[in-house]
Amino acid sequence: MSYASYIPLIPLLPLAGFLLLSFFGKKQFKSLSGIIGTGFLFVAAVLSVYAAYQYFFVDGKVDGIYRSVTVVKYSWLQFSEGLSIDMGVVLDPISAMMLVVVTVVSLMVHIFSIGYMKGEERYSTYFAYLGLFTFSMLGLVVSTNIFQMYMFWELVGVSSYLLISFYFQKPSAVAASKKAFIVTRFADLGFLIGILILGVQGGTLDFTELLQLLTDTQSPQYLAITAASFMGISLLSWALVLVFIGGAGKSAMLPLHIWLPDAMEGPTPVSALIHAATMVVAGVYLVARLFPLFSLDEAVLNLVTWVGATSAIFAAIIACTQTDIKRVLAYSTMSQIGYMMFALGVSGQGGEAGLGYTASMFHLFTHAFFKSLLFLGAGAVIHLVHGNDMKDMGGLRKYMPVTHITFLIACLAIAGVPPFAGFFSKEEILLAAFESNKAIYVIALMTSAITAFYMFRLYFSIFWNKETALHHYHGEGPLSMKLPLVILSAGALLAGLIPFSHYVTSDGKLLETHLHLGFSVAPVLLAIGGIALAFILYKKQNKMPDKIAASLGGLYKSAYHKFYIDEAYLFITKKIIFNLIAKPAAWIDKNIVDGTMNGIAAVTGKTSEIIKGVQSGKVQNYAIYFFGGIVTLAVVFLYLWN
Amino acid sequence: MNGIPIEHILFVSTALFFIGMYGLFTRRNMITMLMAIELILNSVNINFVVFNKYLYPDKLDGIFFTIFIITIAAAEAAVAIAIIINLYRSHQSIDVEDAAEMKY
Amino acid sequence: MTITQIIFYLLSAIILGAAILSVTTRKIFRSAIWLLLSLVGIAGLYFWLAVEFIAAVQIVVYVGGIVVLIIFSIFLTQQSGLEMKKAPPKRTIASLLAVASGFALTYNLIYHYGFKTGDGKFDMELDRIGTQMLNTGKDGFALPFEVVSILLLAAMIGCIVIATKTKPETT
Repeated sequence: MSYASYIPLIPLLPLAGFLLLSFFGKKQFKSLSGIIGTGFLFVAAVLSVYAAYQYFFVDGKVDGIYRSVTVVKYSWLQFSEGLSIDMGVVLDPISAMMLVVVTVVSLMVHIFSIGYMKGEERYSTYFAYLGLFTFSMLGLVVSTNIFQMYMFWELVGVSSYLLISFYFQKPSAVAASKKAFIVTRFADLGFLIGILILGVQGGTLDFTELLQLLTDTQSPQYLAITAASFMGISLLSWALVLVFIGGAGKSAMLPLHIWLPDAMEGPTPVSALIHAATMVVAGVYLVARLFPLFSLDEAVLNLVTWVGATSAIFAAIIACTQTDIKRVLAYSTMSQIGYMMFALGVSGQGGEAGLGYTASMFHLFTHAFFKSLLFLGAGAVIHLVHGNDMKDMGGLRKYMPVTHITFLIACLAIAGVPPFAGFFSKEEILLAAFESNKAIYVIALMTSAITAFYMFRLYFSIFWNKETALHHYHGEGPLSMKLPLVILSAGALLAGLIPFSHYVTSDGKLLETHLHLGFSVAPVLLAIGGIALAFILYKKQNKMPDKIAASLGGLYKSAYHKFYIDEAYLFITKKIIFNLIAKPAAWIDKNIVDGTMNGIAAVTGKTSEIIKGVQSGKVQNYAIYFFGGIVTLAVVFLYLWN
Repeated sequence: MNGIPIEHILFVSTALFFIGMYGLFTRRNMITMLMAIELILNSVNINFVVFNKYLYPDKLDGIFFTIFIITIAAAEAAVAIAIIINLYRSHQSIDVEDAAEMKY
Repeated sequence: MTITQIIFYLLSAIILGAAILSVTTRKIFRSAIWLLLSLVGIAGLYFWLAVEFIAAVQIVVYVGGIVVLIIFSIFLTQQSGLEMKKAPPKRTIASLLAVASGFALTYNLIYHYGFKTGDGKFDMELDRIGTQMLNTGKDGFALPFEVVSILLLAAMIGCIVIATKTKPETT
């Protein structure tokens, strides 16, 4: 596989961009920084697409199965014979797919940012951070070793922290970035413990070897890990649950979702990159990567399913009440990732049972296109209106035709209307859910109806509804802001037509999926119903939404306040953790630890005060001490020492 | 020699040495400290001469040592007086207790 | 008790008595004079030991040079008639203790050593001293002689430098 040798370049190109722009961007490159960052990304995207093409269509299949190809592996920290932290690059179906997704979406965001961030003072820093983020995410998806993935996981967290707090003069942005970092870091503790358990029990940290050893029910590692138990649950389940907690934090699943809506404080292209297509799917990617292990444990898969499903419907309900357009999109992301999670949860391993796996990855792929398109469109709207609230917008279809059409395409895709991309991926998820767990299927159906409703509520409120007058209208926006929208809408239109199950499946073998027209009737009808409801309520300005909200009373209020989860967290941290744990700990530190140190210093000082009198400056005293000492020593050594 | 055993003469020199030390420890005036040092040096001289005469009568090494010690003692006394005079100019006193600046 | 023994004990008494008085008297000039007496006694001891050359050197250098120098410095630095301050009693006792124990230790060692007197007659011919002093061969003291002369030069220069009055700055 000759193309394999340049695959390590793909993550390194954005890294080079980051280094170049962070050292020289401010002084030397200035407004060229955007072009430079985009240039690096363009080459990386071309390389990724070429690598994916080669892998999927030319070389990847060996005996009809897509094999995982370790392109390079370099042993970094060797703990013992088998256990070591390696740095490597792996190419297998999901990593090849993710390479394409990450680089293409990042390229679109870069191009969009050239226009969006023009005139910004820290222009080069922004592109440097984007490069760092892309490098981290690419490193994450091609990791061969679970610890390497963890390192890039943390790097992704750091990059997202830097990007969310890009407008650091705003205290709300700083608070949001801290919240994101702390919540994900807290979840990553679980991930780390899970890694340690897997590494110790499996004897290796390498993905391929780990999966091989622990899925073989006869291997000593498997027997050890399932035999050992802690509080009645086997160690394997503990490891998987902890790893899932890490993934749930990064993917904003309930109850670790609180950082995602606040993370909208960052610049909108950043939200398009991080919180739509790449970072938030890292949790899904992790579960997919370790899927052979997850599939062994029914209980953990159940947990994954229910967490995903409840996140999906929870977020959908909240999104119906929010007025900040970015927050609506954030909750929509949470909901769609919930879809991906429960699709993995209901899946089995291998063959027909692995439909959920394929569906989840397919949805990840299509979601990247239409969600980033939605965010970039929202960015264009915000750029024009200089505000986020949909109450201040309306009738913008006259002012921004390109954005209007692409936004509409994306909304149709996410609602699951054929023949747009979302329809195909959602249909597969619903099929997988229907075949495993009817309750989940019902929840998924309801969620897709609500999704269609709130997405079109958003669409109509921005582009139809009331007419707003724009003070300075200079046209829709530069070409750099329109081009990515068009490209991504092409993806949203056509991505659904790819026969994904031929390429990405749980065991690498080809899976035939068909379109079940009868089955698709129910979700499509529900989607159209949701669109119609939104049409009635929001196309023209009227009093009906407020009346409905008033009649729903308490439910509406708690949904609007995001079900008070943030307040609950604040209560726990302030009243319980701070008062019961933090304050006593601080008291101990100040009084006991510091007190001991100060006490030692004070004792030393007092002692020195007492004995400093020996150094009196009087020469004759010195002489007497000196001579007395000699005599004493002489007596001791001559007579008393035997 | 002369009917006096060596230990008696060494008694004299030892006593002289320790009288000089007492003077060094006790006297407050720098010049009197110098005088006590001279006593010490002289006791050493007596020692050298006596050892030479009683224990090694065929050699003259002790005599030479004594001559050199007297010479050097003279030089040292001169330098010490110069220092004392210098100290007197800055402190207006030759009391050692007044020159106790090198303390804590 | 032969006359030599009596002379020896007399000389020792003078030496030690004058030394004790020198270190204990309160008047500084008297201390210098007692020192002078002690040094003369030591010269007498040298005469008794039949090392006349050393005795002569002692009188010329010590008594005639050093004690005179000391007396000059007494005149230069203070009123010679004043009483000197006493040392604090703690120090007196401490030094007495130290000195007494040191003396006891040393004399104990000396007394129990058992010196063996050598054979032969002690013959101190002056020309022997001279030739051996300037002898560069075996048993020669030419090198120490030269070194001591350099030391004397250094001491002379040093004294002049230390004791020079610094000239006041001309503004």
